[in-house]
Amino acid sequence: MLEQYLKSRLKEKKILLMTHIVMGYPNFKDGHRIVESMVEAGVDLMELQIPFSEPIADGPVILRANQSALSKGTTVKRCLEFAKDMANSFPIPFLIMTYYNILYKYGVEKFVATMAENNIQGAIVPDLPPEEGKAYLDAMAAHNRSPIFIFSPTTPTKRMEYIASFAKGFIYCVARKGVTGAETTFSEDIHSYLERCRQATNLPLALGFGVKDKSDIDFLTGKVDIAVIGTQTIRLVEDESIESVGPFIRGLR
Amino acid sequence: MLDRGYYDGFGGAYLPEILIATFDELEKVFQEAKGDPGFWQEYETLMSTYSCRPTPITFCENLTRHFGGGRIFIKREDLNHTGAHKANNVMGQGLLVKRMNKTRVIAETGAGQHGVATATMAAKFGFDCTIYMGEVDVERQRPNVFWMERLGAKVIPVREGTRILKDAINEAFRDWVTNMDTTHYVLGTACGPHPFPEMVTYFQSIIGKESREQLLETLGQLPSRVYACVGGGSNAMGIFSGFLNDSSVELVGVEAGGRGLDSGAHASRLCSEDASVGVAQGYKTYFLQNQDGQMKETHSIAAGLDYVGVSPILSHLKKSGRVRFEAATDDEVIDAMSLTIRKEGLIPALESAHAFVQAFKEAPKTSQKDIILINQSGRGDKDIFTIADAFADPAWQQFIIEKARKIITEKAKTYNA
Repeated sequence: MLEQYLKSRLKEKKILLMTHIVMGYPNFKDGHRIVESMVEAGVDLMELQIPFSEPIADGPVILRANQSALSKGTTVKRCLEFAKDMANSFPIPFLIMTYYNILYKYGVEKFVATMAENNIQGAIVPDLPPEEGKAYLDAMAAHNRSPIFIFSPTTPTKRMEYIASFAKGFIYCVARKGVTGAETTFSEDIHSYLERCRQATNLPLALGFGVKDKSDIDFLTGKVDIAVIGTQTIRLVEDESIESVGPFIRGLR
Repeated sequence: MLDRGYYDGFGGAYLPEILIATFDELEKVFQEAKGDPGFWQEYETLMSTYSCRPTPITFCENLTRHFGGGRIFIKREDLNHTGAHKANNVMGQGLLVKRMNKTRVIAETGAGQHGVATATMAAKFGFDCTIYMGEVDVERQRPNVFWMERLGAKVIPVREGTRILKDAINEAFRDWVTNMDTTHYVLGTACGPHPFPEMVTYFQSIIGKESREQLLETLGQLPSRVYACVGGGSNAMGIFSGFLNDSSVELVGVEAGGRGLDSGAHASRLCSEDASVGVAQGYKTYFLQNQDGQMKETHSIAAGLDYVGVSPILSHLKKSGRVRFEAATDDEVIDAMSLTIRKEGLIPALESAHAFVQAFKEAPKTSQKDIILINQSGRGDKDIFTIADAFADPAWQQFIIEKARKIITEKAKTYNA
């Protein structure tokens, strides 16, 4: 159903925007305002990250946001309530992004059931390759949720096909090596990589890691279906204010 | 990724997609090396000419008499080059780096032993080297930082998280996902995603192989009990793997009890109620974590044992009952260390001294026919700053004050001139 939503939305827009927040950072009240201004500015879907103490795939900005949220006592339970609140307040799909231990300790089946009850459409779990994900995949299928999987430039084409066989909703293509938030130079080199991604799946493609301004979005339009803005809005709130988020998103496309 | 490296449900490879291809290559090169009879030979030759292998086993006559039970023997891993068993794993992985044609190595370090060993290997093999070390550990292990830098390594203090070993591991992973084309991550212990637990155990198994042969050759008898300290678990896996199939040999792993298991300030994953099974840093094992799955702060007098997770192979051996696990407190460690120094003239590292604590507790209850084998995984004399602090030695403190005063006076002179 996430896939259908994205495909119908793509009939109206050339490229969709997915944004991201770390729940509990800077706090839940401000988080709510950030989500609200993102939705009003026209984002098409959102990742809500449950903070984890060991976020190995994240760069310094999101890492510190994780730590800050945890040091303020953010719990998984509170995050799931917040996610439910967002999903029931705003008319776009929300996804949970977190590391596998959060699901594992909560109970994978129970976690996914809660996601379904809370109207959360899918999940991104960056340290869970399909090989380790049987319990997760079974639960996601049983509750009709979309497990979002990741392609990277180092993923061989055959493995892309293997991963695509488990994926639903869309594929998250990592633009480059490294962690979130670092500089990405978008150049024509990315063509052959995206070409390989397209051939491996019919699902919409999202591209993230280092997407930060209008020129990046312009470059990606026509090449991918969804551009992912992650670290950049956290930086914006830190350096400027929550009020800057709306105009920033509106200025992207 | 065919064999995911599970040990009765523990282990696995919970990896970000970007690293999968790198792990596939590592697994392939490791399995090829393992299957090549010349490789182990090359490794043994390297270790016998560059390190001090085979390391001896020392009979501790005075300690034996003191406790009045079984005969106490110590496997002398402290005599390795760079002063600990860490050299075994590092030199072995160095040979694999050459096979993979990579030019740079990175490593995490807690106590600094693994960092020094990796920097030494990099200097010998001509690799670039970056070491990640928690800021807290940089402060408490300055002499090791000094040596790593002299050896040509770049030491990066990690200021994220709890600023100790686990945070250094996270940072090393973040470096690796960016630079895997040129870089190998020399993980220092039998933890992490497959194939690291198996690979580190493979190189460390040289300890157990030698120990078994040495005891049979000189005494014609297997030990009744073998003791090793357990941080990540590499020295324990190393010595235990020589005796896993000898059902008469009891294997005892000793964790950091810190200020006591009830205090919350410890690093005991296998003997405390505070730990539970989870998935972090790429593998499934017992972690010190809260109900939500967030990792807890750990404490040990020994930086090398101050870690939230433990080898998945040891979690399996705990579950199967093949290895018994105990914990030693900081205070007990100081006492056991003092006794060993005075009675035998041996200076175990604070980490290794945990194994001595449990062996000493049990020695009087064993029979004189028994052989007790303790792994002295590292030497303590090079950690003089930490150990002198632990002993709160007044003359040493006075020396440091005088030394600092001299440096300050000289700096002031230069400044005024």
